[in-house]
Parts: sequence; C-alpha cells; structure tokens
Amino acid sequence: MIVNIARKELKGLFSSPMGWVILALLQFVFATFFVMGVDQYFLTMSGMMRPDQRMGVTEFVGASVFGVAPFIMLFAVPLLSMRLISEERRQQTLTFLFSAPLSLTEIVLGKFFGLLAFLSASVFLIALMVLSLNLWADIDFGYLFANLLGLLLLVASYCALGTYVSSTTQQPVVAAIITFVALLALQLIEYFLSGDPSNTLANLSLMRHLEPFSRGLLDTRDIAYFLLFIITFLTLTVRRLDADRLRG
Amino acid sequence: MTTITVEASELTRKYGGRTAVNDVSFSLNKGEVLGFLGPNGAGKSTTMKMLTGNLAPSHGSVEICGINMMEKPKDAKALIGYLPEQPPLYRELTVDEFLTIAARLHRVSRQHIRKAVDIAKQRCGLTEMGKRLIENLSKGYQQRVGIAQAIIHNPMVVILDEPTVGLDPIQIRDIRALIKELGGEHSVILSTHILPEVEMVCDRVQIIHKGTMVFNGDIDVLKQQRHGSRLLLGLKQAPAQEVLLSIPGVEAIEVLKDNLFRIRHTPGAVPTEALIQAAVSQNWGLFQINPDQTSLEEVFVQLTFQDAAVA
Repeated sequence: MIVNIARKELKGLFSSPMGWVILALLQFVFATFFVMGVDQYFLTMSGMMRPDQRMGVTEFVGASVFGVAPFIMLFAVPLLSMRLISEERRQQTLTFLFSAPLSLTEIVLGKFFGLLAFLSASVFLIALMVLSLNLWADIDFGYLFANLLGLLLLVASYCALGTYVSSTTQQPVVAAIITFVALLALQLIEYFLSGDPSNTLANLSLMRHLEPFSRGLLDTRDIAYFLLFIITFLTLTVRRLDADRLRG
Repeated sequence: MTTITVEASELTRKYGGRTAVNDVSFSLNKGEVLGFLGPNGAGKSTTMKMLTGNLAPSHGSVEICGINMMEKPKDAKALIGYLPEQPPLYRELTVDEFLTIAARLHRVSRQHIRKAVDIAKQRCGLTEMGKRLIENLSKGYQQRVGIAQAIIHNPMVVILDEPTVGLDPIQIRDIRALIKELGGEHSVILSTHILPEVEMVCDRVQIIHKGTMVFNGDIDVLKQQRHGSRLLLGLKQAPAQEVLLSIPGVEAIEVLKDNLFRIRHTPGAVPTEALIQAAVSQNWGLFQINPDQTSLEEVFVQLTFQDAAVA
C-alpha cells in the first residue's frame, strides 16, 4: 500500500511541468559543477609538486559536486514538498485517501517515499556522473558511497521536514517558505554558534552531521541523527493528520 | 434474509461547544437505498464523514457489515465507497489514471484493475472520456468520475453526498438510474436536499434537522402524508358552504383565493363523483377538481417545524 501511494505521488510529480523543470535544473547545476571539477583537477594537480598535496580525482571532483548539493537541494526540496499535503487539503482530495483502506502511517510514508524516490533520480544521476570517471581513472568507491549515502539521508531529512510543514497548512506557498526558512536555519545554526563548538544546539545542525560523510566516514551517530530526524517529523505529520480526523 | 450493512448507534459530534450531530442512530439493510434529507447545515455531511471514518465521532459507534469503524478502520473502509460533497479528484491526471489509482488503493487485485476501471467507466457513462484530463472535464463529468471512484471496488455500502449537484437534467436522470441500479446489490446512502429525488430513488428516508433525526421511516409513509384525503375544487359560481357540506363524504371546507376550495373528505370515501354531479346539475361553474397533494416540501417543513416547536 505504501508503494501504491508512492506511485501515485510520483505520477503526480511527473505529470506536472514543475517536477521536470526542477529535475532538469538540478541536473544542470550538478553537471556544471562536475565538469568544472574535472576541468580544474588537471589545472590544480599540475601545480602540485609534493606528493602530500596531491589528492585523488574522486575526492576532488566529489568535493565539488557533493559540496554544492546540500545547498541546491535546500531550494529544490521545499518547492517539491510544499504541495505534498497542503495541496490535497486545498483540493479536498485528502478525503479520497482517508476513505480508502489505508492507515495514516501508510499515507504519510507513501508520500514521503514518493518524494524521496523522485529526488533519488537526481542523486542517481550524480552517482552515474562520478562513476563515469571510472572509464579513465580508478575511482574510490568507498568515498563515493559514503557521500551518496550522506546526500540521500540529508535529502530524506529535508523531505521529512517538508512533509510535516506541508501538513500544517493549506497554502503550498506558505509551506515552501516555512520549510525553506527552517532548513536554512538548521544549516546556519553551526555558523552562529561557531564560537562555542561544544554548544548542544550546534549538534542539531544538519551540516555538522553531513560533514563526516563528505570525508568518506560512516559514523553510526550521524546515521542515527538523520534517521531520528526523519522519524520525528514523519510521526509529527501522522499526528497532525490524525488531529484532522479527531477535531475536523 | 436481510443483512445489516450499516449500523450507526448514538452518533454524536461536537465542534467545540456546538453540537453538529446529536444522538443519531439507524441501521441499513443490504439492497436498500437510504435518503438523507435535511436543510443546509443540518449535519448531513458530518454524519456521512463519521460513517466513512473521515471524522471521529465524539460519542457513539459505526459498524459496517459488523466491523467496527473505530477498532478496525482499514477493514471497514474497504467495504465503503464514498463520494464527498466536493468530488476528490486529482485534476492533473486523466480519468483512466485516476480510476486505476483508486482501484489500486481500494485493494482491487492487480489482474482485475483494468476490468474494474472499464466497468466503472461504463456504469457512469465515461467510456469516451478515459484519455481526457480530469481538469478539462465539465462539472457534470467530474461528478461522474467522483461516483465511478466510489463504486470501483464494488463496495458493500456506497455513500454519496449530494451526487446530483451541478448536473444537467439528463445527467441527473442517468445518475438516478445508476443509484437505483446500485441499490440492487449494494446499500446506498444518499444525501440531498432535492425532495423529488428522494421520492424517486429511495426506499427509506431520514430527515435530519439541527443535528437530530426528526423522521426515520419508509418512503411510503412520507408518500401517504403527501396524498392526504383532500380535494381541490374550483367553482365559478360557488354555492353557500352548507350546500357543499351536505354532500356525503365532505367534512370540512377551506376557502382559498381565485374561487378555489380545499375540501377535506372522509378517508376512503372520495366524493368526487357526487361533487361533479351536483356542480353540473346546479350550474356551479366547475372548472377544476383534483386531489390536493401536499408537496413533499410541505411535509418536510412540517417535520422540521415540529422539531423547532418542541425545542
């Protein structure tokens, strides 16, 4: 059943120009950074004489693409997640889902995974681009995998927050703005607290938990953080929808 | 054998301090069409939302074919097809795509989905519209898609909230025929404020007013109230009332404007013939005589008015 709702969501995303435009723009930006990365690799490396200054092509190009991805996704996700529930609320189509033999958890998970599957297309294309380097060089698969997993978890967290915000309002635009501001705050929180690195609040920062992934490090603490983040907001969404049924 | 498909007991719903639906209980048998009548804001839609599990009742319970909506919502919902007041349609999809999704979400097995979509389209007269975007369909056709969506999984109970709103007369006739047809194998609950519609398609009627049930019974009971023992008589040169009263069967006379009289007669003994004979022989100038039917509207107003008088 979760799959069926996810399929419905995907169909909705792919049948609107919005989805295609965003996918195309994402691909354009990532490809540009990829090409720039490859281009600069030779320039930079030819200037590096000492062995300790040298770095692998995967790391160099990866840093370029994966460095910009969280920032770009920050714009893309709210635009896609805003309509997820608010639009259904506005068009009164939520009744369609509520009257079908589905639990609220299934509805929310279906919507979440639908959106995530859509954005995974973009992550998948990034993976293909970096993998194409393997035709000429030996790439570092472990590093690539850690980065991809990190990006996917980050995007999933964005989606979970977006889903929740979308469930609280009837206006998609309001949902988009609130999601964007909330995500931006979670990104910037670390900069604000940079003077005091031991501050507990800084641990909330999404970027702090993404950083080990970008070094190729898989830390269960960071994975747990992302998973908890996702579960929290999805649970809140379920509760928000349940309130609809109870309070009307 | 009759089987109970819907059992609602003591349904109550409060919004804040306001009671929208108060202590509504009823049950519905298989194959019956139940009409839900009431003025705007009477609590029809709220009751339907509770029946379909879209709204939790403040008090009371709903059972669909013996399955409790509160305890096993998924199983209960699988037996219901629901068309809300505003048809829930994904406008960016085509009719086929939308109905396929509806079938899938309502647990229609994979092999049967295409067949179910075809049958639903056929029943609602949408065969030509499969490839059209729902957005581009007229209001009437959108309404039909809404109904198709509600019957696609062949549910035991079909709940339609004002299904004929916004349709043209021909479509209304088609939809009514469809509802009649549905009543054969499913139970149908239908809300409306169009009274003739109820008379045409429903077996049973419930009138709800200010959240409380004021009438619950067979459509025939309502019809009997309509065809009361009264005659409408039009005479150009009317005689004195005593003359009319002397005709056997006539019990009371009410003078209306335009030379019209409303005559109440003893039930069973219709004095039409005697009246005509007297009128011809004494030259009263008879120009009209017919049974006086109270309109269903009047019955409706009476019932809802009684309630207001009690309260």
